[in-house]
Amino acid sequence: MTSLPFEWLEKDRRRLRVEGSAVSDRIYEFLTAACAIVIPALVIAIAVAIFAAAWPAFSKAGLSIITTSDWDVAAGHFGAAPALFGTLVSSFVALVIATPLALGVAIFLSEFSPAWLRQPVGFLVDLLAAIPSVVYGLWGIFVLNPLLREYVMPFLRDTLHLGVTPFFRGPAYGPSMLSAGLILAIMALPYISAVSREVLMAVPRSQREAALALGATRWEMIRDAVIPFAKSGIIGGIMLGLGRALGETMAVTMVIGNRLEISASLFAPGYTMASLIANEFSEATNDLHLSALMAVGAILFVITLIVNGVARWLVWSVSKVRVK
Amino acid sequence: MRTARSRHVTSGAMIGLTYLAAILATLPLVLILGHLVAKGASSLSLSFFTHMPKPVGESGGGMANAIVGTLILIGVASLIGLPIGIGAGLYLAEKRRTPLANVVRFLSDVLNGLPSIVIGIFAWEILVKPSGFSALAGGVALGAMMIPLVTRTTEEMLLVVPNSLREAALALGYARWRASISVVLRTALAGIATGVLVAVARIAGETAPLLFTAFGNAFWSTSLRQAIAALPLQIYAYAISAYDEWHRLAWAGALVLITLVLIISIAARFATRSRFGAPVD
Repeated sequence: MTSLPFEWLEKDRRRLRVEGSAVSDRIYEFLTAACAIVIPALVIAIAVAIFAAAWPAFSKAGLSIITTSDWDVAAGHFGAAPALFGTLVSSFVALVIATPLALGVAIFLSEFSPAWLRQPVGFLVDLLAAIPSVVYGLWGIFVLNPLLREYVMPFLRDTLHLGVTPFFRGPAYGPSMLSAGLILAIMALPYISAVSREVLMAVPRSQREAALALGATRWEMIRDAVIPFAKSGIIGGIMLGLGRALGETMAVTMVIGNRLEISASLFAPGYTMASLIANEFSEATNDLHLSALMAVGAILFVITLIVNGVARWLVWSVSKVRVK
Repeated sequence: MRTARSRHVTSGAMIGLTYLAAILATLPLVLILGHLVAKGASSLSLSFFTHMPKPVGESGGGMANAIVGTLILIGVASLIGLPIGIGAGLYLAEKRRTPLANVVRFLSDVLNGLPSIVIGIFAWEILVKPSGFSALAGGVALGAMMIPLVTRTTEEMLLVVPNSLREAALALGYARWRASISVVLRTALAGIATGVLVAVARIAGETAPLLFTAFGNAFWSTSLRQAIAALPLQIYAYAISAYDEWHRLAWAGALVLITLVLIISIAARFATRSRFGAPVD
């Protein structure tokens, strides 16, 4: 970072105490370091506070909180397996829908888009990340769910005969795992596409030129020369989107139907860990109930921590290549 | 070996699919904004901004308290998030390779990735449990979400400032802290302002961290020590209610909220046009 004359000046200045700055510099360094330390302190405080509050439930029920599916507050049973299931399935559905779209947009923007379209389309997709989740939820309740109930679900089940599989069976209510998955797909899309676009644009030009020079078509160039180069960064982007989807609360709570049951059908209502907390926390009837909800929060904390950690690591490993 | 012709057809088809993906990806935004305007605009009037919510059954009424509440919450969050975020950003930019900087950088990404509901129950545990629902608790929860956003953009923007500027300031006899603040920080100010705006846009619409902290309030309150109404909370409560009148108000509220958020986001984008806009995550 620092160039040679700068280091020399630095030493010289320290010797001469120019401008009497030693004390004020120390205060400045202390203040900025104090601000920086707030961040680790906050993360540790969050972890400690939540795990401490979750401890009574963990010590009583252990891991049965996520392995059993009997959630009966009156009887003191706290099995949130359906919520864990719902969190994982809704996020999985979201990724299945969002990934090809996001990759398509990213490839379009980095390779094929006419110059005048690049900025506006990129901006519109990015804006999806700015829409508050409660607005997505509102739209889900009054626009998406009726649409699913009246047209999409009957179409999938009857017209396409997907009802023969266990995944698209049963009555079409509207509020469902499918609905949550769709909303989450829209919400995860801008994150996946933004990261993918950046890593695709970081792929060296020579990589593309070499493929074209060898006679590849434009698509073969993307498939064989560009995507393999950007692969781990793209996976990192997908993991980032996954992290967002796993922790998303309001939009999902509003459209998923909030029923604590495990069903193979995407048409059935479900529940997620985040919405379980959102719905029951302020009405928690006793300390154990509260502690069980904290335990659900603690598990959510750990899951998103792992997913985001892996995502960052993957994205970083690509951006290191870029520096070269 | 496939023929050149079929390879070119495949290529054209795949390129066509990326165009289709671009259309499909922009469609939800257009649909959502379209519905918001169609359903929300008719319920918007001056009284929406100046009146209090009315009880069930009475028509009319507005969200004056929720709009003011959201502004207060943003204010409290900014008072916490901005100084700490900018300070931490300065630290990261100046002490790039120290072990503490690496830890802080990593944990600020961790904090940023935490579900907002987890931040909400944390704020409940440390602030609400001892002293009840309050605007302060809501502001702290939002401020905690703001810190990592502001920190990382501040760091990024400071790193763009050429080192020669700092060296020139030092050569002129500036103390190191003055070189940092009145030369380097000032040069990066526009970029940092963008980051701040993006962070404000993001927390302005947050609902989950407020559920158990600010809690919402049907009455007029501007006290930091009491439960306070907020636009996202009010939209949520009205959206899941069973009354058509409240549904209409929810759409109107959502239109106001999205307008606020979009204005801030677009302002942020035009503050620094050079960057190929990516959502700051």
